[in-house]
Amino acid sequence: MEITAAQALVQCLEKEQVELVFGYPGGTILPVYDALHDSAIKHVLVRHEQGAVHAADGYARATGRVGVVVATSGPGATNLVTGIANAYMDSVPLVIITGQVSTGMVGTDAFQEVDTTGITMPITKHNYLAKDAAQLPRMIKNAFYIAATGRPGPVLIDLPKDMAETKIKFQYPETVYLRGYKPTFRGHPNQIAEAAKLIAQSERPVIYAGGGITSSRSSAELLALAETINAPVTNTLQGLSSFPGDHPLFLGMLGLHGTRAANLAVTNCDLLIALGARFDDRVTGKISEFAPQAGVIHVDVDPAEIGKNVPVHVPIVGDVKQVLQELLPRLEKRTDPSWLEQVSTWKQEYPLRYEVEGMLKPQYVVEKLDEITGGQAVVATDVGQHQMWVAQYYRFRRAGGLISSGGLGAMGFGLPAAMGAQIGLPGEQVILVVGDGGFQMTMQELGTIVEQQLPVKIIIFNNSVLGMVRQLQKVYYEGRYTAIDLKFNPDFAILAQAYGIKGYTLRSKEEVDTLLPQALTEPGPVLINCLVSAEEWVSPMVLAGKSISEAIDC
Amino acid sequence: MLHTLTVLVENSPGVLARVAGLFSRRGYNIDSLAVGRTEDPEVSRMTIVVDGDDRVLEQVTKQLHKLVDVIKINDITADEYVDRELVLIKVNADHSQRVEVIQICDVFRARIVDMGRKTLTLECTGNHGKINALEETLRPYGIKELVRTGKIAMVRGTKNTGYQDIGTKEEN
Ligand SMILES: Cc1ncc(C[n+]2csc(CCOP(=O)(O)OP(=O)(O)O)c2C)c(N)n1
Repeated sequence: MEITAAQALVQCLEKEQVELVFGYPGGTILPVYDALHDSAIKHVLVRHEQGAVHAADGYARATGRVGVVVATSGPGATNLVTGIANAYMDSVPLVIITGQVSTGMVGTDAFQEVDTTGITMPITKHNYLAKDAAQLPRMIKNAFYIAATGRPGPVLIDLPKDMAETKIKFQYPETVYLRGYKPTFRGHPNQIAEAAKLIAQSERPVIYAGGGITSSRSSAELLALAETINAPVTNTLQGLSSFPGDHPLFLGMLGLHGTRAANLAVTNCDLLIALGARFDDRVTGKISEFAPQAGVIHVDVDPAEIGKNVPVHVPIVGDVKQVLQELLPRLEKRTDPSWLEQVSTWKQEYPLRYEVEGMLKPQYVVEKLDEITGGQAVVATDVGQHQMWVAQYYRFRRAGGLISSGGLGAMGFGLPAAMGAQIGLPGEQVILVVGDGGFQMTMQELGTIVEQQLPVKIIIFNNSVLGMVRQLQKVYYEGRYTAIDLKFNPDFAILAQAYGIKGYTLRSKEEVDTLLPQALTEPGPVLINCLVSAEEWVSPMVLAGKSISEAIDC
Repeated sequence: MLHTLTVLVENSPGVLARVAGLFSRRGYNIDSLAVGRTEDPEVSRMTIVVDGDDRVLEQVTKQLHKLVDVIKINDITADEYVDRELVLIKVNADHSQRVEVIQICDVFRARIVDMGRKTLTLECTGNHGKINALEETLRPYGIKELVRTGKIAMVRGTKNTGYQDIGTKEEN
């Protein structure tokens, strides 16, 4: 029996066990919406397409499944761009279906036509323009495979309206055929043996674990590695929550706003074991002084990351989980305490600290959150100072507990991402920590949260400024504050109430102590507007061009 | 240093844009790029001449490999290979110069493919150096128009950088 390509598409999604899609309709994508009408797949109507991609991103990070987005051509597609770039930079698996004008109109500057595949070429792992309806099922099969395997990432399919309406003989391919795409899963055995040797010889090893641990779900292997060889562990922002935040071997985050202990350990180590991390500039600081005495073992599923920024002594291309599983049996238990003693001296000497006196301190709120939730919540953040305070003060004890925009650093990510995470994890506590600036970039999604009855707890660190930019202006521009004032903020608690969401305003430590635990146990969504001091700085901080061992206090 | 890469790609729409976009986005320098079909109509072959040191070349190769449409890459710089460019040159050649130009043509084994009242149009194939030499030799006569293809290349002997060893659909 022949069905339309749009109907076939929906059946393909069902075959891929897609439970829901995030989307926003429009003219050219209507055939797909019409096909969704008859499907068990749930459609979550967002309030802006950016919200759809970020929500799918949050959903994918929280569940480990591919997030699916549907949007129309032209403005629908362009509204997706930030979210696609975000998923690309943080390696999040998404499949995005966009409508396109009919093939006869392509290239004529037709109404709501943009070159979607052209625009998204550098920010997708791969993309397709479906010019042949019969090929659509094959494209979708490939898209899911490409998105989820190897280094995950977003894949886009641009579907012209006439193709969507074309009748095809539907058959979903069983296998994937892609001769140009063959990710390596197993690390080379000789390299793994070499790594084991280097580890056995090292005296001062440090494990530097990134987002690859989270996306390959290998926290257990990471923990086993650290405990076997007794090596301290530092995380990148994307890696946070892949190692227990209260573990004695944990150093905290490294890099620009990393702990001094982490940065000193990396600077002084003789072996750096990089796992699913990419030596990003926010991590390395002055690259020539990054881990200057260290041999480097680098495990990554993406060969292009290995040797890109620093020379590597033992490169291992492969899925970090599989590589660790093969490496672990080759390792001897290490017990020499002297390096760990040195590292704990640094930890004691340079703890993270802030003044508790005066106005409500954002760091205090994070500490309180950590205490109330026992580090077990899924915490989404936006981008800015609050994000760094979450990274520093929340001691993640749930693997995959942090959902944050790292590579792109896209304000507006937090609220829709938290929404997507909560949809993916219905029974779990999902908390959003967001700045008053970033919240206002995507706050329209409050409507979606109410509609979907999502019990997300939204905590705004309301300092009435664009805090992180203000911090940069303090440090680099002699405090000449420009364009950072948000004094015309609305009353966010009342705004929440307008949506039917319970709103709290917390002004002091005491109010946080009494009301925060209560707010977090409300059954539905809650917005908690914390009026915090603007005179707080993310500290320590590594200045531009400096070694990470030379952080300053802010 | 200049490296010569032969790159087999899926003959799919947008593949040239993907490769060109990757080079410009990552700031790699393309010296020349020639593309055309191979013995398999579904596969195209690009010959790309890239400028860069070994580290740059390693990144270029790895990033190219990440493109789903890229099937196979060979850096043949260190191999023995045949390489060719094609040039068409329209050069001034009025009555008094014609004989000289035709002699130059003979020396370079170029062919005259068209004739105007005051010009000759030549076609010549050869490696980069030979084409450069021809161009320089003709310059004093006044070159009216010139077009060169990028370089295409193939490894000598039976060694194969082509399509045969990339696997067929059935194997995959
Ligand atoms: C979309 C986008 N625009 C601009 C920036 C630059 N930027 C980074 S942090 C920041 C300020 C964020 O302020 P706010 O949301 O109030 O959070 P805070 O830093 O105060 O915690 C800005 C403007 C960005 N990261 N993303």
